[in-house]
Amino acid sequence: MTRLLTFRLMQAVMVAVLVGALTFLLMSLLPGDAAYRIAAGRYGYDMVNSAAADAVRAELNLDGPVLSRFAAWIGDLLTLDLGHSLVSGEPVLAVVAHELGGSIRLAVGAVLLSFIIGPALGIMAGLRPGGLLDRGLLLVSTAIRAIPHFVLGVLLVLVFAVTWRLLPSAGYGTFAHSILPTLTLALGLSAVSSRVARDATVGVASSAFYAFGRLKGLSGFSVFVRHGLRNIGVPVVTYLGVQLVYLIEGVVVVETLFAWPGIGHGLVHAVFHRDVPMVQGTALAMGLLFVLLNTFVDLANHLIDPRRRDA
Amino acid sequence: MSFDMTVADATSPPKSMARLFGLGVFVLLVLFAVLVPMFWPLDIAKQDYSAILSSPSDAHPLGTDHLGRDMLARLASAVRLSLGLALVSVVTAAIPGVLLGILAAWKGGVVDKLLGLLTEMFLALPGLLLVLLIVAVFPGSFLALYGAVALVLWIEYFRMTRALSRTVLASPAVAATRLLGFGPLYVIRRHLLPELLPVLLTIAAFGAASAIMAIAALSFVSVGVKPPTAELGLMITELLPYFSEQPFVIAAPILVIFLIILSLMLIAGGRKP
Repeated sequence: MTRLLTFRLMQAVMVAVLVGALTFLLMSLLPGDAAYRIAAGRYGYDMVNSAAADAVRAELNLDGPVLSRFAAWIGDLLTLDLGHSLVSGEPVLAVVAHELGGSIRLAVGAVLLSFIIGPALGIMAGLRPGGLLDRGLLLVSTAIRAIPHFVLGVLLVLVFAVTWRLLPSAGYGTFAHSILPTLTLALGLSAVSSRVARDATVGVASSAFYAFGRLKGLSGFSVFVRHGLRNIGVPVVTYLGVQLVYLIEGVVVVETLFAWPGIGHGLVHAVFHRDVPMVQGTALAMGLLFVLLNTFVDLANHLIDPRRRDA
Repeated sequence: MSFDMTVADATSPPKSMARLFGLGVFVLLVLFAVLVPMFWPLDIAKQDYSAILSSPSDAHPLGTDHLGRDMLARLASAVRLSLGLALVSVVTAAIPGVLLGILAAWKGGVVDKLLGLLTEMFLALPGLLLVLLIVAVFPGSFLALYGAVALVLWIEYFRMTRALSRTVLASPAVAATRLLGFGPLYVIRRHLLPELLPVLLTIAAFGAASAIMAIAALSFVSVGVKPPTAELGLMITELLPYFSEQPFVIAAPILVIFLIILSLMLIAGGRKP
């Protein structure tokens, strides 16, 4: 347990250093004089003169050796001093905190919805392997897995927003706005979790302890609840951990497609406008969120499966 | 780039049928990408102002896009770009991944620990995020795009090769071979490679699929390949506003990317190892 948390903490530090190193490189490769750019960020574009730039240069040691500048950059990052956006001048930390809320709402909604769709269908298919539902589900989930998330989003927009005009195609605010982006992510997640739940159900239902549960007189329903559900839950939750990559990557694309104000959308815009402090802030938030979610999955597994607690 | 397939094992007859089907579709896609430029040598950036968003015709067998560019030529070029980038990055990733994997399994100890730590560092960031950041540093560069994808993909080769090599190297057969006086290269060639190759093929097919999806996704959000290059994700973004006028035109790149990913997934067959 402690070992696990230490490992995740180490990963979090690695994320920070890796993101910091890449954005430092990005900053150094930007054309023009960094001192002017930072001064403009601080005082506004109309208030910059060479004196202000020189003051910034002296204060931040911008002419100093690369290593000391890099150390200062990483130091700022580790103390969460993320600076101001080069485009809007807003403090990065505030913007990222705001965007993080939007992303988390989207991601949590998608995971919950996928839990309703995926495992439920998978369990029903797994209780009758080879049945109509089982074969249909295999076909559909294989097809959905072969569709990249942005294409899935585009297809949903074309069907529900453009053709049938039932839902808004993009934006944020009402519940209706959240349906399509959440559904895009949830369908992708369910395509996998339904298969995992199906395979686990087949395994559990054909096991000796399951048959014994029936033999000792439990009803089909109670043997499923008492002996089946928890054993099916373990691989489903474990796979959720594997799928977190899919979720985080999906957030980047889906938020951009649906103009959803989250960190994925923020990151893509920052990269497009070469707004380095925003790139750093959003990438950092996204990387740390990934590590945090992985930690939650570890903890959930710990709760569901007591057999792992010794490990 | 994540792949978490759970289609059961690839040896049962229906699955090998699926694999064959995937291979067939893939070969057709490669033929499409290679043959179309030979028989239809149209410039992918050339505009035909008399045919904007036109339906399929003799002059343009798959119609034209919103700028009057020939869709057949553009699609073939896009498939060539996707498959080419995927092939190059998969091969680039495989070489260090396999070599370091064997090295880690063979040496064990500090080398193994250090390489393990290195991969943990890469895994801490979602692949697409790493690719996006590297592409941000070198915008519009194909080299950076493919290099970044390879940098994400090598980990899978390393982990799989290391795990498999450890089992094979610990087997009595290898111990006997060593005792008979055969060198490491012989062991690798006779014992290791035959075990590794089928698994490497699976990783390569999944890797190619994820490379193609990543490049398309980044181009779709306008931070990957730049216009006027024909790229599947970019084409979908460009054509999205014209769906109501000419649904056929956007359907083409969507269908093509679906077929590419599906065929690669079926070739890979089975669960991600």
